[in-house]
Amino acid sequence: MASSRSGRAVPYLLLLPAGLAIVAVVLVPLLVSLYSSFTAYNMTHPATLYRWIGFRNYERLFANSDFWWALGRTVVFLMVALNLEMVLGLGVALLVSRVTRGQRLLRTIIMFPMMFSPVLVGFQFNFLLNDNVGLIDNLLLQLGVIHQPIAWLVGTWTANLSILAAEVWMSTSVFAILLLAGLFAMPRDPLEAARVDGCNAWQTFRYITLPYLAPFITIAMTIRSLDVGRAYDMVRIMTNGGPAGRTELLWTLMARVGFDNAQMGAANAMAYVSIILSITFSVYFYRRLLASRRFLGEIA
Amino acid sequence: MSSGVEPRWQRIATPIGLVIAITVICLPGIWVMITAFRPNVEVLSRPPVWIPSFTLDNFRAMFGLLPAVEQGLPVAEYIRNSLITSVTSTAIALLVGTMGGYAFARFHFRGKGALFLGFMLSRTIPGVALSLPVFILWSRLGLIDTTYGLILVYLALNIPFTVWLTDGFFRQVPIELSQAALIDGATGWQAFWHVEFPLARAGLASAGIFAFLTSWNEFALASQLTRSVASKTLTVGLMDYTSQFTIDWVGMCALALLIIVPAFALTFIVQRHLIEGLTFGGVKG
Repeated sequence: MASSRSGRAVPYLLLLPAGLAIVAVVLVPLLVSLYSSFTAYNMTHPATLYRWIGFRNYERLFANSDFWWALGRTVVFLMVALNLEMVLGLGVALLVSRVTRGQRLLRTIIMFPMMFSPVLVGFQFNFLLNDNVGLIDNLLLQLGVIHQPIAWLVGTWTANLSILAAEVWMSTSVFAILLLAGLFAMPRDPLEAARVDGCNAWQTFRYITLPYLAPFITIAMTIRSLDVGRAYDMVRIMTNGGPAGRTELLWTLMARVGFDNAQMGAANAMAYVSIILSITFSVYFYRRLLASRRFLGEIA
Repeated sequence: MSSGVEPRWQRIATPIGLVIAITVICLPGIWVMITAFRPNVEVLSRPPVWIPSFTLDNFRAMFGLLPAVEQGLPVAEYIRNSLITSVTSTAIALLVGTMGGYAFARFHFRGKGALFLGFMLSRTIPGVALSLPVFILWSRLGLIDTTYGLILVYLALNIPFTVWLTDGFFRQVPIELSQAALIDGATGWQAFWHVEFPLARAGLASAGIFAFLTSWNEFALASQLTRSVASKTLTVGLMDYTSQFTIDWVGMCALALLIIVPAFALTFIVQRHLIEGLTFGGVKG
C-alpha cells in the first residue's frame, strides 16, 4: 500500500539499526556459542577456544545423568507451571469479570506480581519460607499446625514445590490480565442467546466463553513462552539448583558449568540445547497465534 | 456477566474466591515492604512479634548514614548504574524500535514475515544461555563491567518487544489519515511526524515504560557482565547480601523496596496501554 510513497529501500533502512543491534548482541554471540560448543574452551586457558573437539561436548552431555535430570526437571517444571498459571489465571479473570464495581482497582491489584523483578520474587519467597524468620513457618508454629520449623528450601519435594509456587505467583497475572481483556471484549449476544436457549452456567462457559477465549490463551502462552528463561533469576536466589542439585534446572546447571567451573565449551553445548528447546516452544505457539489471528479476523 | 440469574453458590463463592486471590497476590509483597521498615531485632525475634514497629534505620544504613554501621553496600552507585543503563537503553530502543515497528506496520516488503519472526525469536533466547557467549565476546572487547556493555545488551533485549508493540499501535492508526496528508502535499516524513506519530504517542510511551522495566528488572545477564560498583545494578546488588555471613533480612527488604517502587509507579501509569498493547497488538492482524 504505502510502498509507492517512496523507494523500496525505505523499510529496510528503517529496520537497519534494530537489525544491527540484534545481530551484534544476539546473532553473533549465538554463532560464537555454536562454535565454542565444538571446542574444549575453558576460560582459565584462553588458547583452548581454538581446540576443536567435534561433538565431544555433546556426547559427554548426553551421557551425563545430571544433564538429563536438569533437562527433565526443566520440561516438567515448565509444563506444570504454565498449565497451572493458565488455569489459575482463567479462574482469577472469571472472578474479576463477575464483579460489578471496582473492576479497575481489582485489575491493578492483579498486576502487582508483574511489577516484580524475578530476582525479587525469589528473594521474597526465600524470606517468606525461611525457617528462622519466615512468615509461613511463624504462622504455622503460632497456629500450632507444626511444632518444628520446616526448612522448605532444603527438602527435595518442598524445595521444588516452593520454586513452582514462586513461578506460579510471578506469572499467573499475565494470563489473568490477558484473559480478562478477552472477557471484556467478548460480545454479549451469544451469551444472551445461550441463556434464552436454556444453557446452564457450565454449558455457557464450555461452549461459548472458552472457545472465544482460546486465541487469548494462545497469546498469553506465546508471550510467556518468550520469557520462560527468567525463572533462572528466581531459582538462582532461592536455591541456585541446590541442595545437592535437587532443584537444578537447565539454566542453573549451564551457569554453574560455564561460569563457576569455567567450562565454557560444555556450557555452550548445553545452552544450545536450551535455545533449541525455547525456540521450538515459541514457534509452536506463534504458529497457533497466527492461526487464531485469522480466526479472530473472520469473526470480527 | 449474566447478572440476576446466577445461582446462589456463585454469589457466595465469588467474593470468597476474590479475597483468597487478592491475599495470595498481595500479602508476600506487602510483607516484604513492611519488613523494610522494621528493626532487625524484631524480625529475628522468637516467638515472632506480629505488630510491626516503624524505623527508617534500614534505609539510613543502606546509604551509610548510620555511624554504627561498619560498611554498607554501595547502594547509591547501584541506583545510579541501574538508572543509567535502563534510561539509555530504553531511549535508544524506543527510537530504533519505533522505526522498525513503523516499517512493519506501513510497508510491504520481501521477507517481512521472516524478519518479524526473527526479531521475536531473538527474544526467546534465555538470558543465561545468551550470557555465556556474550561474556566471551565482551571480555575480548573490554566491555565487561562497563555500563556501555550492559546498555548494548539491554538495547537488543528491548528492541523485539518495542517493535511488536509499536507495530500494533501504528496499525491502529488509520492509513487514510497519512494518505490524506500526502495528497495535500505533505512529504512522507511530515505525514509521519505530524499525523501518525502524535496518534501513536501514548502507545509509544507505554512501550518505553515496558522497555525500562525490562532493563530495570533484568538479572541473568547483568549478574555475569558486571563486576564492581562501576556497572553493578540494583538486582545484582541484592545478591551481594546473600554472600555475606549472616543474612541481613531487613537490609534486603529495604533494597527490594527501592527496586519495586519505580516499577510500581511506572506500571500503574501505563497499565491501560499495556493491556491494550499486549492483547490487540497480538490479536488484530
